[in-house]
Amino acid sequence: MELNQYLEMFIEESKEHLQACSEHLLELEKNPEDLTIVGEIFRSAHTLKGMAATMGFEDLADLTHKMENILDAIRNSKIKVNAEILDVVFESVDHLEEMVYDIADGGDGKRNVQATVEKLKRIEAGEPATAVSEEPISSQEVAAAMVANEIEQPAEALELKLTYDDFEKTVILQSSEQEFNAYEITVALREDCLLKAARVFMVFEILEKNGDVIKSSPTVDKLEEEQFDSVFHVAFISKESAEDLQKMLMKVSEVDRVVVNKIDRDVFVTKTTATEVPAEEALPQPAVQETETAVSEEQPKTAAAKNNTSKSGHASSKTIRVNIERLDILMNLFEELAIDRGRLLSIAGDVNHGELNETVERMSRTMGDLQNIVLTMRMVPVDTVFNRFPKMVRQLSRDLNKKIELNIVGAETELDRTVIDEIGDPLVHLIRNSVDHGIESPEVRRAKGKPEEGTVELRAYHSGNYVFIEIEDDGAGINRDKVLAKALSKGIVTKEQSLTMTDKQVNELIMASGFSTADVISDVSGRGVGLDVVKTTIESLGGNISIESTQNVGSVFSIQLPLTLSIISVMLVEIENEIYAIPLSSIIETSIIRQSDILNAHNQKVIDFRGKVVPLVFLEEIFEVPRAVQNNDGLHSVVIVRKGDKLAGLVVDSFIGQQEIVLKSLGNYLTNIFAISGATILGNGKVALIVDCNALMK
Amino acid sequence: MTNATEQKNLKVIVFQLADKEYAIPVSHVKGIEKLMHITRVPKTERYVKGVINLRGVVTPVIDLRERFDLPVSGNEETTRIIIIALETMEVGFIVDSANDVLDIDASSIEQQPEVVGSLLEDFIAGVAKLENRLLILLHLDKVLNPID
Repeated sequence: MELNQYLEMFIEESKEHLQACSEHLLELEKNPEDLTIVGEIFRSAHTLKGMAATMGFEDLADLTHKMENILDAIRNSKIKVNAEILDVVFESVDHLEEMVYDIADGGDGKRNVQATVEKLKRIEAGEPATAVSEEPISSQEVAAAMVANEIEQPAEALELKLTYDDFEKTVILQSSEQEFNAYEITVALREDCLLKAARVFMVFEILEKNGDVIKSSPTVDKLEEEQFDSVFHVAFISKESAEDLQKMLMKVSEVDRVVVNKIDRDVFVTKTTATEVPAEEALPQPAVQETETAVSEEQPKTAAAKNNTSKSGHASSKTIRVNIERLDILMNLFEELAIDRGRLLSIAGDVNHGELNETVERMSRTMGDLQNIVLTMRMVPVDTVFNRFPKMVRQLSRDLNKKIELNIVGAETELDRTVIDEIGDPLVHLIRNSVDHGIESPEVRRAKGKPEEGTVELRAYHSGNYVFIEIEDDGAGINRDKVLAKALSKGIVTKEQSLTMTDKQVNELIMASGFSTADVISDVSGRGVGLDVVKTTIESLGGNISIESTQNVGSVFSIQLPLTLSIISVMLVEIENEIYAIPLSSIIETSIIRQSDILNAHNQKVIDFRGKVVPLVFLEEIFEVPRAVQNNDGLHSVVIVRKGDKLAGLVVDSFIGQQEIVLKSLGNYLTNIFAISGATILGNGKVALIVDCNALMK
Repeated sequence: MTNATEQKNLKVIVFQLADKEYAIPVSHVKGIEKLMHITRVPKTERYVKGVINLRGVVTPVIDLRERFDLPVSGNEETTRIIIIALETMEVGFIVDSANDVLDIDASSIEQQPEVVGSLLEDFIAGVAKLENRLLILLHLDKVLNPID
């Protein structure tokens, strides 16, 4: 069967089912007794499993199947829901999501999910997911063996597998002071690996690209001569996270498993092992191997089979997926029609025929409605982005041992699809920031007299031609002194500047590039990637972000975004007979100046604009506009534009006025035209070019 | 793609430029338009006349006379813009007139365009002789790529 044509549908539907799973799981956590919710989750999982199996994504189907077993057991009251079980199910959903995203990116959807599978199986066997008890109560001997194995594993993982001499210790200690991480990496090749030396080479190549190898056991020479079984250890320093390293190394084929353990400084210095667990422990990678697959075959399949016939109760909203390009074509055709309407209206006005007038008028009205529909067709509720946050916040609060409630307001607010696609990552970043740096730990909150549970509110609303998305937390707020001290130490502001800065300006410093308020870079808020990335992304969407914060009360991050990227407000100007559009977002104001106001500075014509020397840019020269008659009235129309804090005055013949225009590209033949960022079609059907003000200012 | 000789029969659009007739495979032609308002795009090649609004799509137009270094003529009643689609590009060619749609027998196409001296030979994919007409087959990739 040719499956490619169904792939897109599969991916979309899988995402929907996984989303449904997540939502229902969160619901279930609040109402653990409500078994109908379990039924919903089960159905989504079941459909997903069926689809994945049909499409040939075995790993995906397999993991779903195991998760389904748990759900089935819960549904049949064999297991009681608790937070621990939900954690594991959430973890499975996370893995499934990763797999689906991998498939969407053209991957094969394969992923190492051993750890989760183990947990799932233990739950199914009625044991605690994370084995802590000394004597696992087990009905199956295999399971017991696995649990025993699991207990040994974490203890073993902490012990250093390599021995280090003093020199190596110093290197590792020094590197950790320079914000490098030291790792001990254990790589196990598959038993049937044919070219062990080649795999070793590939592993080392990856490592050397990402950091420095301190030592290895066995030694590199021995490794090259294949004088080892299938496992080797490497001491390694890098700025990469353990998780990333693990992922990179797993990409080498014939590698069975990779365990990346961070060498904790303290552990290293004092030589203690199991007592001090490094905060960023590597992914648990149970040593259980082949036994696992055998057991999975024995899993009861009856439950799944029984439900094959039950129809999914998913209330499908009546929508249809349309390629966004088709919508663009529709929009283009519509504009063409709108132009003809204009022509018809004027002809009807000239002819002055009663019935014709009436018809044209009615057509106009219909077209107005049609225009609204065409424009709103690209709009998607912001919920499609928001819906992933409840699960994320849940996970974060568990990871950080904080109590956090996430409120979502206005998820139905609609936004252009292209904006929606871009806004997800910045929001993830901001929410993580609020949860990690904003909300305090329960103890601190109690001490401050706040409720233990912190609140993060995510809201969206329309206002004018903009959509606002706000993230508000009732956390610690921004510490002015701390931010200023950091900004000073990083050279972002000078001492003099820092004295006169308003609170708002200080708050905004946290979005300056190269700034990170965290004293310790944590995994949660990203490895030192600052909020400057968020700011840049939002600005590239034509929006902006502002911060309000009161210490110990909380912070509000407010994002303002245009409703759509394809419609922008411009000022139309005329030079000779040519019309150009200047984006309103760059314009500060317009003014008329006299020839005598123009000053000369270093061959550059400038004007004095409110006490500031502003260079003039004569657009007719830049654009080489052919002139028939010289303009001699001694007055110039100037549009003052800005780029950052720099100003320039664009000299034009006359202003036509402000207008909303539909942004169009110049196509693939004309790329990189100087100072032109695109084009639009005017009401008379002619093309007008959009001036790229940024290109005009150095 | 523009190598016309691989097919047995080739359907082409024939157009006039100065005193010669040229041909483009019909498969690359999206339409023939009357001359319409062209918006000049500054700082582009001399032969890029600007952009037009082609049913809502902003499409660049090239004056083929200027592209081929032929003497520039004023716009006549017969002047047409032939819209070409090549890969992901859409471009309009300004020509003196669009004359015909013809089927050419592949055997009548000759590879060596030595007959045409004045024209940059790079642009020519072949020459077809039809009774008393001589058609110059264009190499679209070359025409659309800047030479310098």
